[in-house]
Amino acid sequence: MNLVQISNLDKSYGQLKAVSNFTLSADQGELLAVAGPDGAGKTTIFRTVCGLLEYDNGTINLAGFDIDKDFDKIKPLLGYMPQNFSLYPDLSVEENLYFYAGLFGMKKNEYQQKRERLYQFSGLGLFAKRRAGKLSGGMKQKLALSCNLIHDPKILILDEPTTGVDPVSRRQLWDILKTLKQDGSTIIVSTPYMDEVALADRAIFVHNGKKLIEGKPNELLSHFNSAIYKIKAVPSSGIMDQLNQIEGITSRRFGSSIHLYTRPQQNMEVYYNRLSQLGISAESISPIKPELEDLFIQLMEQSDA
Amino acid sequence: MPDAVTIEKLTKKFGDFTAVDQISLTVGEGEVFGFLGANGAGKTTAIRMLCGLLLPTSGNGTVGGFDIYRDNENIKKSIGYMSQKFSLYGDLTAYENLWFYGSVYQLKKKVLKDRIDELSEELGLHEFLNRLAGNLPLGWRQRLALATSVLHRPKILFLDEPTGGVDPVFRRRFWGMLYDLADKGTTLFVTTHYMDEAEYCHRISIMHHGRIIELGNPSDLIQKYQQPNLEELFVQLISKKSEESADV
Amino acid sequence: MYKIKFIAQKELWHILRDPRSLIIAILMPIVMTLLYGYAINLDIKNIKLAVIDFDKTSASSNLMGRFYNSGYFSEVTDPVSINDPEMILKKGQANAVLIIRQGLGEAIQKLKSMRNLASVSIDNYELGLIVDGSDANMAAAAGSYSSIIISQVIKDNLPLGFEFPGIRISRQVLYNPDLKSSHFFVPGLIAIILMMISALLTSVTIAREKESGTMEQLLTTPITPRQIIIGKTLPYVGLAILDGFLVLGFGGFYFGVPFIGSTLLLFVFGVIYVIAALAIGIFISTIVKTQQLAMMGAMMVTVLPSVMLSGFIFEIKNMPLVLQIITHIVPARYFLLIVRGIMLKGSGIELLWVEAAFLIALAIVLLSVATKLFKLRVS
Ligand SMILES: Nc1ncnc2c1ncn2[C@@H]1O[C@H](COP(=O)(O)OP(=O)(O)OP(=O)(O)O)[C@@H](O)[C@H]1O
Ligand SMILES: [Mg+2]
Repeated sequence: MNLVQISNLDKSYGQLKAVSNFTLSADQGELLAVAGPDGAGKTTIFRTVCGLLEYDNGTINLAGFDIDKDFDKIKPLLGYMPQNFSLYPDLSVEENLYFYAGLFGMKKNEYQQKRERLYQFSGLGLFAKRRAGKLSGGMKQKLALSCNLIHDPKILILDEPTTGVDPVSRRQLWDILKTLKQDGSTIIVSTPYMDEVALADRAIFVHNGKKLIEGKPNELLSHFNSAIYKIKAVPSSGIMDQLNQIEGITSRRFGSSIHLYTRPQQNMEVYYNRLSQLGISAESISPIKPELEDLFIQLMEQSDA
Repeated sequence: MPDAVTIEKLTKKFGDFTAVDQISLTVGEGEVFGFLGANGAGKTTAIRMLCGLLLPTSGNGTVGGFDIYRDNENIKKSIGYMSQKFSLYGDLTAYENLWFYGSVYQLKKKVLKDRIDELSEELGLHEFLNRLAGNLPLGWRQRLALATSVLHRPKILFLDEPTGGVDPVFRRRFWGMLYDLADKGTTLFVTTHYMDEAEYCHRISIMHHGRIIELGNPSDLIQKYQQPNLEELFVQLISKKSEESADV
Repeated sequence: MYKIKFIAQKELWHILRDPRSLIIAILMPIVMTLLYGYAINLDIKNIKLAVIDFDKTSASSNLMGRFYNSGYFSEVTDPVSINDPEMILKKGQANAVLIIRQGLGEAIQKLKSMRNLASVSIDNYELGLIVDGSDANMAAAAGSYSSIIISQVIKDNLPLGFEFPGIRISRQVLYNPDLKSSHFFVPGLIAIILMMISALLTSVTIAREKESGTMEQLLTTPITPRQIIIGKTLPYVGLAILDGFLVLGFGGFYFGVPFIGSTLLLFVFGVIYVIAALAIGIFISTIVKTQQLAMMGAMMVTVLPSVMLSGFIFEIKNMPLVLQIITHIVPARYFLLIVRGIMLKGSGIELLWVEAAFLIALAIVLLSVATKLFKLRVS
């Protein structure tokens, strides 16, 4: 069943066209990742879908209801966690959770069960009595997320929920999202982590308010049209400068090694000569598999060019 | 080579809760040091003590050779600090923010103007200079915050999750800039939850519940624990520690 | 110095960027002046006065004339019962009853024929005044207006050059012969508005930087907390002084409040008072972390005492002893006297030095405590 249906959405702020002709649909039990550079319009789209912003054109349909006509019916089904979700700093962790449970009219034992499960993922149970204002940055983020998950929303919209969350908790969070999804919730999440995008059922890349590509994460990689090579060499700034002077390849530092990107459909071998002059032997060069992050960067660079 | 940062048994307690528990480490001049750890491990608290924002409960430390208890004034002259939380003036424009902080560091007008030009070029901030900082998208705010903290070319730069909420393209550009700074001799003390970024660091430490549980060069550590990458290493180390502490 | 300038400049940007608060800061003194001037008129006029005259001499009708022509009392038209003055008040026919017992004419005669003070031998003559105390303000006004009128009558009847020892005319009346309340509230308003702008706005602006996290950023730069404070408060000193002038100007222009003394002297004391007020503002902001608390704190600690405990509305000497003691640490108490002295009486420093000394001492103590505390809290 189609739970989220956005069609031909347009939204501008004065002169600035923030979203143009954006269409998106999500089925029940689907987990959708939205990726895009800063300022691409992700937050605007999310806020519009949640009825927080007026829009210029298009239709938005959630759980079969038009948001302009039946927003009241949508509200109990919807969970939205904004990027800068604010907690009540003077209330404790538990009080914050309790308050949100109350907002959605949860029953007491239901709430307690849910709370324990959320404590498991967040590790916040140890700090239940601590005031939210005194939590660390990542702990706040986890509490914010927990507040939004407490009522088991049918449609969950999360704007960069894992920013500032440590790798362990990130995994636990995605485990929770998967459980929710299996229970039939539709989840739309934006994230700057491409490894998270890879975990979604479907990924959408937006840029300048437009949809660039859309598809299953592993299939999207076929859009990547260049090759990546890893060079085992110390990435001093000297060598980086010289590498970057070679026409046709882009080089980037990557930890203690260097990554080389060739132009689309070009063969690496033509460069071997030049590289050996820099003391890079053919043996130290090995091709590596592109990842979503590489695709992301390529898409952004190509659409900016 | 003198050490940029030395910490010895540094401890911070809030009431009877120990946020930072006797941590010791040294960071060499020009080093890129990754200060990693789980949420709430005490990274921000430790950095705040080093920047003179918080008085340690016990332990010693120096920054740029200056004692963190006695030489606060000198420390402040040699450091830059980019806080985890957005801490610019939302009702001032990006340019005004830069101009204000530059003036606070007593940069000459001409120098400051050049520096702002240079940085906004590098960070792609030009078109945003006249927008109110509070209205910028998150990623752009981070860029502005970075620009602000390096305006005065500090010798030691503390960056608390500088790339939180920043897109992958910029994240790479950002690290390119950090490397340039390091090449010029700036010491970088960085916290991050992106393990691929941590691989860029010369050395890293991993914190859990106020303690440093591992310290070393990323590839050495990966080898030591026989993990495919830092992310797996981190997850394994922290999960193990959490289980241990849950057992107690 | 250099850094202070930039902090101050940035603060100015904030102020200008938020026109609403700027407009409030400028309009407030004007509105308050008008409000006090028109709506909350403290002058009590048209006190209905019934007179029961047992004396029935020219002296008594003369006295009645004085009362009714003063502008404060009006005649009662209904016939009133001579035998039961209380009934008059009960029925609400009058607010006050003046009883002129027999012997007024004689007493006045004696006054006129007095040659020297040693020969004063008048039997006590008493006028009766019964006032409806249910309106306390009106009752107090009726009492004091009456005593002024009576003492003037006595003075007029004394032979030239004679001062009657038993009669004292209060200083306030001497320098504000019409008892115009605008002459009192304008100095009071200056004290309150200076306090409000300085203490309230500074504590709020410092709390704001704490709340938004920018204070933390500032404190990692080579700026010292003291420089931050001075820089941040400077623009508000300017704003406060501008407001002070606005009240003065409006008071003089609309309500004809005189300004007899030295503007420079008033300015100097204004600055000292503002420093004391700022110190309180800083003090509050060291304790609280949010703008909201700062606002409430400033209201409690500065504005309320300046209104209630300064002598602006309630006379200090009528307060319970505890409150009287507390008034000594309310800067507005001293400043009020100084402003009144300078504006209405043209007093110079030679007359005001006691108040001045207290005010300066208070400013110094408050300021040193505030900066000391501010430093402690940031480490
Ligand atoms: N002012 C305070 N009062 C009480 N507890 C505090 C205070 N500041 C921090 N803490 C606690 O100290 C611990 C460490 O917090 P800190 O902010 O240093 O963590 P962190 O490592 O930076 O985490 P994150 O990665 O989430 O930013 C947390 O448990 C936090 O709740
Ligand atoms: Mg932190």
